[in-house]
Amino acid sequence: MSELAVRGTQTAVMISRCVRLSRRNVDALLTSLVLPVLLMLLFVYLFGGAIETGSAYVTYVVPGVLLLCAGFGAAGTAVSVTTDLTEGMIERLRTMDVGATSILAGHVVASVARNLVATTLVLAVAVAIGFRPAVAPLRWLAAAGLLVLFVLAVSWLSAAFGLLARTPEAASGYTFLVMFLPYPSSAFVPVETMPRWVRGFAEHQPVTPVIESLRGLLLDTPVGSAPAHALAWFLGILALGVVLSAVLFRRRVA
Amino acid sequence: MAHGPPAVELEDLRKTYGNLVVLDRLTMRVAAGGVHALLGPNGAGKTTTVRILATLTRPDSGTARVAGHDVLRQRRQVRRAISLAGQHAALDDGQTGVENLTMLARLAGLSPSAARQRAAALLERFDLVEAAGRRVRTYSGGMRRRLDLAASLVGTPSVVFLDEPTTGLDPRSRQGLWEVIGDLARAGVTVLLTTQYLEEADRLADRITVLHQGRLAAEGTATELKQRFGAQRLELVWRDAVAFEQAAQRLGDRVTHRDPARRELSVTTDGSAPDVRRLLDDLDPDQHGVVRFTVREATLDDVFLTLTGRPTGAPQEVANV
Repeated sequence: MSELAVRGTQTAVMISRCVRLSRRNVDALLTSLVLPVLLMLLFVYLFGGAIETGSAYVTYVVPGVLLLCAGFGAAGTAVSVTTDLTEGMIERLRTMDVGATSILAGHVVASVARNLVATTLVLAVAVAIGFRPAVAPLRWLAAAGLLVLFVLAVSWLSAAFGLLARTPEAASGYTFLVMFLPYPSSAFVPVETMPRWVRGFAEHQPVTPVIESLRGLLLDTPVGSAPAHALAWFLGILALGVVLSAVLFRRRVA
Repeated sequence: MAHGPPAVELEDLRKTYGNLVVLDRLTMRVAAGGVHALLGPNGAGKTTTVRILATLTRPDSGTARVAGHDVLRQRRQVRRAISLAGQHAALDDGQTGVENLTMLARLAGLSPSAARQRAAALLERFDLVEAAGRRVRTYSGGMRRRLDLAASLVGTPSVVFLDEPTTGLDPRSRQGLWEVIGDLARAGVTVLLTTQYLEEADRLADRITVLHQGRLAAEGTATELKQRFGAQRLELVWRDAVAFEQAAQRLGDRVTHRDPARRELSVTTDGSAPDVRRLLDDLDPDQHGVVRFTVREATLDDVFLTLTGRPTGAPQEVANV
């Protein structure tokens, strides 16, 4: 078999392994579903009444919740990578000459699959409590594409963090850091309401253009330059994640 | 016995972590075929040696070859020839036994159907057929180790490294694993295992290398080492301090242990009645110097005491360095 075919098979095997393990890790799966749904209910029913966004709050907040859900879930990649490291699985795979790319791609692709399912379910709950997206298939497709890119980029970067962390607990701390990134953005409240210094960060951080794009695409309103910014940010983060994890893998596993 | 290059060749291998010298110009050879034990206490450098051979750790200097391939320059060829079962069974808790093995067999390059057949054959061979469909999370310690060993054989390696394969197992599981390791060697695989237990090395290994502080302290067959260090020791308690001192002087080099406070001297014995009788007659011809004797199994400590002149007080090795 050619080198490429061998690597391809190994990647496919690693993907199906990670998907299977994700499917069976019920605790993590529930957390990544229940947490965003609870947050959504919290924002819509407890805080939402007091937040003025110019439309029904549920309509405003859903894109942010979707992103929070996807980001948190994708960050979980760090935990699974660190677990593989600390439990010796990566060393076993290295002595079997399984490539770094195959090992990490398994985790990343499983993360994308897992988070697509999770976001779909969160979206369904959103619709149940009154979120009414516009019917525009192409824009939906664009939104889905952007979300996949976002999850892919966060997952690769998380894999790199997973290679840095010494214990799964440390890696799990990182996932909470990622979960907080959407707060200082336009996810839950319009940035105009924030103090100037937070606002400066909120307007220019990578999550904001993704949320603005999702909001525009799902509600069929003008998106302006947000998708271009979002693409630039997350293609960049994706590249960073891939390069960084390759370097860290070599350093940590030799 | 297989022919061709030696299974393992180390020359002047050196590895340090900061100020800690783990391997100190270690040179050794393991012939192809059979079981070879690396015996030593924690911190002797056993795990580091195995990790270098398994391409997981880079040595600072020196060369290491496995099945004729250099571990640094021909890493891929080395990886095709070897497998490693470490101190912690590296398996997916969330997958079943058969899923773990099939996955690893696929990664080792087998087709889907060949991988399933290989998994089934290994489960059969390691007595895991009944547990095959259960998730590994539910396995006992012994079953995990057996599955781990099975997992290390999916790719039909020619050299298998086992890093403390029975540490933490109950005596029955240890016994079972020993049988499996013996079978492996009979099937033509070269096994290099590390152990802290003299008994294990004695039971399994054709040849034993004793490591001490990253150096080779002794090498030979179990019989050779036993002749040198004594399989068992005869502990003699002397009537009084005078008798103790006289006996100690008379015995000189033959004393392997001395404890003046308890007036106790030890010499090596094979443990048989004729040998003990002969030793007693020899050491205490008047028959009133020795008041009590005990025959004890020689421990790794005894070997080390004899080899290094001091007990195994080496600092604890950090797991997996």
